Amino acid sequence: MKIIKNKSIVEDDWSVLRLNAQQLPENTQVPEGRVIVPLQVWLKQRQALLERAEIGVWFASDERPELLKGDIERFSVIAIDFPKFSDGRGYSIAYNLRVRLGYTKELRAIGDVLRDQLFYMQRVGFDAFEPRSDRNIEDALKGLTDFSEVYQKSVDQPLPLFRRVERSIT
Amino acid sequence: MYRYDQYDHQIVRERVAQFRDQVRRRLSGELKEEEFMPLRLQNGLYMQIHGYMLRIAVPYGLISSKQMRMFAHIARKYDRGYGHFTTRQNIQFNWLKLEEVPDILQDLASVEMHAIQTSGNCVRNITSDEFAGVAQDEVVDTRPYAEILRQWSTFNPEFAYLPRKFKIAISGAKEDRAAIYAHDIGLSIIKNAQGEIGFRVLVGGGLGRTPIIGVEIRDFIPWQHILTYVESILRVYNQYGRRDNKFKARIKILVKALGIEEFKRQVEDDWQHLKDGPGTLTNEEVARVQSFFVDPAYETLPNHDSKLNEFKADSRSFSNWMLRNVLPHRVPGYAIVVLSMKKVGNVPGDATAEQMDAMAKLADRYSFGELRVTHKQNIVLADVRQKDLISLWQEATAYELTEPNIGLLTDIISCPGAEFCTLANARSIPLAKVIAERFESIDFQHDIGEISLNISGCMNACGQHHIGNIGITGVEKKDHEEWYQVSVGGSEGNESSLGKIIGPSFSFDQIPEVIDRLLQVYLRERIEAERFIDTVRRIGYVPFKDYVYAGEFAVEDESATDKQTVVPAQYDIPYYSPRF
Repeated sequence: MKIIKNKSIVEDDWSVLRLNAQQLPENTQVPEGRVIVPLQVWLKQRQALLERAEIGVWFASDERPELLKGDIERFSVIAIDFPKFSDGRGYSIAYNLRVRLGYTKELRAIGDVLRDQLFYMQRVGFDAFEPRSDRNIEDALKGLTDFSEVYQKSVDQPLPLFRRVERSIT
Repeated sequence: MYRYDQYDHQIVRERVAQFRDQVRRRLSGELKEEEFMPLRLQNGLYMQIHGYMLRIAVPYGLISSKQMRMFAHIARKYDRGYGHFTTRQNIQFNWLKLEEVPDILQDLASVEMHAIQTSGNCVRNITSDEFAGVAQDEVVDTRPYAEILRQWSTFNPEFAYLPRKFKIAISGAKEDRAAIYAHDIGLSIIKNAQGEIGFRVLVGGGLGRTPIIGVEIRDFIPWQHILTYVESILRVYNQYGRRDNKFKARIKILVKALGIEEFKRQVEDDWQHLKDGPGTLTNEEVARVQSFFVDPAYETLPNHDSKLNEFKADSRSFSNWMLRNVLPHRVPGYAIVVLSMKKVGNVPGDATAEQMDAMAKLADRYSFGELRVTHKQNIVLADVRQKDLISLWQEATAYELTEPNIGLLTDIISCPGAEFCTLANARSIPLAKVIAERFESIDFQHDIGEISLNISGCMNACGQHHIGNIGITGVEKKDHEEWYQVSVGGSEGNESSLGKIIGPSFSFDQIPEVIDRLLQVYLRERIEAERFIDTVRRIGYVPFKDYVYAGEFAVEDESATDKQTVVPAQYDIPYYSPRF
């Protein structure tokens, strides 16, 4: 599958495990290979999953990043799910993961991920995106370059504009 | 006023290009309406009954004559020759074509304007005191801070998809003229005992379905920390505000649910991480933005002009206008003039392209080329020499801009109502007109004195009915007829209060009579120069209610109800109205 990573389109072999209504996080079998598991699966099966070399974890939009505190260094991929693109909680989860918990590896947006939200997502610390499967990924890539300047600080730019440049004065 | 530099220009230019592409994708079907909707809303574009409505941001209400002329141009070229000034100091155009909106935005960008975040679940236009910089009771000029907050909120990536819209208002004077108690965040700039500048921060106010007066979360936060403190409030809200029910999604519901103590604890916890960090405001930045708001070149003038008194004696209309529409200025020899958008027979807040051009001309001639939009939907010329008042009045009168009714009964706040808006249950504008016609007599209005009458077509309260001394709301009933609830006792400012509904709702035709009866009670009960609101506070709403419901209402006059009809737009391409 193709995803956007570090501003280009790349092949990717991670798969995202999503539980259906009947599956419970404590006993759902995690398939072999590179799998991004729901946070609840990680928390319930932590001992077993600690043995696995490559495992990722994903947050639902109502879950708290602090729940991963202490384990955060283990992951080379963390994902945040956008159940609907209009659900903006994922932006604050990303910010908190990056700034408060110091997570530095790949942070991936999954779910209802669309071109017109990518610029904002990139600003709060996402560096990988899995655009919705019915959309053209080349087109989505354009969303990252809608703006070339920003006013306020965030994860991608820790200084607000007024601390970075000499601005005009009357 | 603030002028764009290369960075502001670049950001707005890129926004126009971005939106042009979004419109292209919508027209080609690449974007579904469901996906396009939040994108167009974050650009102030609504789908109303007759067509697309564009809300253009007027940051903290301040505009130049050049920008006002651009509104006139837009009204003529893309609309039906008029625009509507709103209670959040913006302007709306009602009859636009989707494919032309990118061009309108490009025209706006050429005069340093945009429609960014004038709708949608994001931080909206920052509103402020319309008399900032000129009011006699001002403590600190709000405009530089409002501009700093405007930039901070523009495309703030973390807070573009909040649970619901988010409104911030700032006041910097002793009297609150920005309705800060009725906003998600209300800021009051103050000085502490040491003379240091800081903000008193209110949170969780708002009108709408669940009207709540904002509560204090901080009595004083030094100005350096205002951006980071607001950021923490928004971060807590973004994470914990309800998203399951749109009617319970505003921050006021979260603050109520948690209680102000717990809400404050969470905000302060978050803020500990930001305090003194790079988001902290600097002296240099504040000084830079302040440099755009220095005083214009005021002349040294005497504070009294004998000609004015002579002319007042000659002309009742002029003396009435001086009494209601001209306010004292902090600089001797100058005055603040409020141009009324509320002439009886006209639509509250509407201005024609001719009026816009005329106002721009008046601003150039008499007020350093600047104007302000008020949250009561009037226009202010803030820096007029007293000796120019007579000629200004004469010229403005020719354009129906001098109705001497500011703060009086016919200075009605009204939302667009059911003729335009898909949310409204009932019409607002025709009702405002009928009321204004009934109480047209200016002598009667001056006798009644200061009073506010606010009309909203539904409980969403765009007409701010909760804080009107008399509030009128269109309510939904099963029979789909128009019904209106009436409340008394609402008020904005330092003594903000929410109105109390007096009882069962009324038909359109009954409302003028209801207002008349409320006024009769006031005239009967008032003590000396007591204002309407003071009488309500003293005697309560029961005497008003009793009297209104005591008498019969005359049989309805069908013709009055059908008096105002809007001519539907004719589009080349079929237009789907969400209302039907």
